[in-house]
Amino acid sequence: MEAKATKSSGAVPTVILAEFDSARDVLHAAEKVQAAGYRNWDTHTPFPVHGMDRAMGLKDSRLGWIVLAFALTGLSGAFVMMHWMNGVDYVTVVGDKPPGAPQTLPSMVPILFELTILLSAFGAVLGMFGLNKLPRHNHPLFESERFRAATDDKFFISIEAEDPKFDVVRTRELLEGVHAAHVEVIEEEPE
Amino acid sequence: MAYWKPITELGEAHLVKEGSTLAEVTEDIVKVTENPAPRGWWILFGIAMSLVGIFTFCVGYLFYRGVGVWGNTAPVYWAWDITNFVWWVGIGHAGTLISAILFIFRQKWRTAINRFAEAMTIFAVICALIFPGIHVGRPWLLYYVFPFPNQMTLWPNFKSPLLWDVFAVGTYFTVSLLFWYTGLIPDLATLRDRSLTKWRQRIYGFFALGWRGSNRHWRNYERAYLILAAISTPLVLSVHSVVSMDFATSVIPGWHTTIFPPYFVAGAIFSGFAMVETVLLIARSVFKLQRVVMMRHLELMNKFILLTSLLVGYAYAMEFFMAWYSGNPYEMAHFLHNRPTGPYWWAWLWMVIPNCVVPQLYWFKRCRTSIPLMFVVSILVNIGMWFERFVIIVSSLNRDFLPSSWGIFRPTIIDVGTFVGTIGVFFTLFLLFMRWLPMVSMTEVKATMPQADPHYGHGEEKHEEPHDPDHVPDAAVAGGLVPGGAE
Repeated sequence: MEAKATKSSGAVPTVILAEFDSARDVLHAAEKVQAAGYRNWDTHTPFPVHGMDRAMGLKDSRLGWIVLAFALTGLSGAFVMMHWMNGVDYVTVVGDKPPGAPQTLPSMVPILFELTILLSAFGAVLGMFGLNKLPRHNHPLFESERFRAATDDKFFISIEAEDPKFDVVRTRELLEGVHAAHVEVIEEEPE
Repeated sequence: MAYWKPITELGEAHLVKEGSTLAEVTEDIVKVTENPAPRGWWILFGIAMSLVGIFTFCVGYLFYRGVGVWGNTAPVYWAWDITNFVWWVGIGHAGTLISAILFIFRQKWRTAINRFAEAMTIFAVICALIFPGIHVGRPWLLYYVFPFPNQMTLWPNFKSPLLWDVFAVGTYFTVSLLFWYTGLIPDLATLRDRSLTKWRQRIYGFFALGWRGSNRHWRNYERAYLILAAISTPLVLSVHSVVSMDFATSVIPGWHTTIFPPYFVAGAIFSGFAMVETVLLIARSVFKLQRVVMMRHLELMNKFILLTSLLVGYAYAMEFFMAWYSGNPYEMAHFLHNRPTGPYWWAWLWMVIPNCVVPQLYWFKRCRTSIPLMFVVSILVNIGMWFERFVIIVSSLNRDFLPSSWGIFRPTIIDVGTFVGTIGVFFTLFLLFMRWLPMVSMTEVKATMPQADPHYGHGEEKHEEPHDPDHVPDAAVAGGLVPGGAE
């Protein structure tokens, strides 16, 4: 297990990055890192690894609530728009039918539905970006050449220096002890 | 039994050639965007761009002279324009079916074709949206359809199915685009990380939004994908239902039919699968993707084509039956006389034979697995479904209640050029997509491979706890029943 620093020794470590060759190895290692009590850490995989959320002790995504809020906004917004435009602001009587709600409610259904869906989709995508704090084009992990394989066929665990339990020597030992194929310390020049 | 192994007793097989590595999947798919384009690509691109030239000319001439350059005239005021619109929107539907509905049903085989199908949806809806846009006569006033304060202080009439259509197709396009882009993000990150040139890295990196495969991100990402799939499923059913209401809410015999919404949706999926297959077969041979797009996938698609063909055939039969059973003279005159024996009898045959008769070949495995045959059938189905819309629209309008107002529609060369031109627009966009974006979702394909299973190839007996009831759901998920996984 070779371990080396990517930059000169005067720099401050920001992340320790461990590389694994298989989904099985990274999952087992994640269980150990979680058991060791780390908090500011993550796994990086080319595809979502099943069981990883449980191994990392992650709770269910909160995205559904965001989407629900967007969906209700779409639904009520569509209703208010149609009722106000055709029934209040400019009364539009077509085919001798009453212009506003509640009588026109059946004819509103398609647009109520479509705008609910439209807003939900925006809620899902924008909510996901918000929860993930993306886009973020700069990240210490991108300093690592080996990390490029995280989107190809390698599996990584990163532990951040901000973690209260972080210790360059002990954290590295932990990662080496869980069969990391390679451990790397990413450092940054102090400002 | 290990969960990463296919259950051969049920006819399951490996979705990617057995023994392929994760890196090989990346290599196969990404190299298409990295290598110089094969000659076949340039030939197809040249043809497609020529058609775009024809399209540009026809639309330019239409804007210069007005809609009189088309054959539309009394009593057929809707003709090829709306036929093409419905045909293109329908083609888009298979893309959403594959990406959303098959995702919800955990059909892992969709991973080989879903990116393709989603791209097809977007490009088909672009082509579809062109027609309502250009058929209004004064395209610069198109914004009247939106609830936008215009100079007449007049709002759109929300009771009109045509306005429902604006919202349905507009929402469909937007949601499809969001869905497609969300699926692309991890693959764009792969392209970014493999980039050899600065420009590729910058452009793909910009669109990858700094994706780093973090599991804390995957958690929200997968939930977003699941929600998008869940909302796209009713959406896709609603879109063609709303399109069908453009017709069904009118009083014209041949249009005034309650079977229209499900009938249109089935037809849409039918034609869409045929179009996915046409395009996929071309791409598979031009870019040599046999390792990922396997015969197994094509055969499953052919089964879908057979199923939807039967649904469409049922709807045709039911329209006839209801016309006869209603005893309504106008309905009977239309369905029992005008369609099969009227001036458009040949179009009716072009609708019935390719849509209902030809796909019956797929009852036979030999036909389902013959590439030349499926290519021909997929094109015939596309033609047949175009004629279905032509029959519904033109042959319903050409003879209505008063024989004195009957007439015949004849397309002009501009009609033909505009339609053929949109095929060029579609293929141009598609060829650019195949050249510059990963045309198969690498992330999802990898997630269905044996290596994705944390139990793969090691100490099976240690992880195998078939008698522990708590363990089963986890293991079922780990077995990759979930493409890309859920929770």
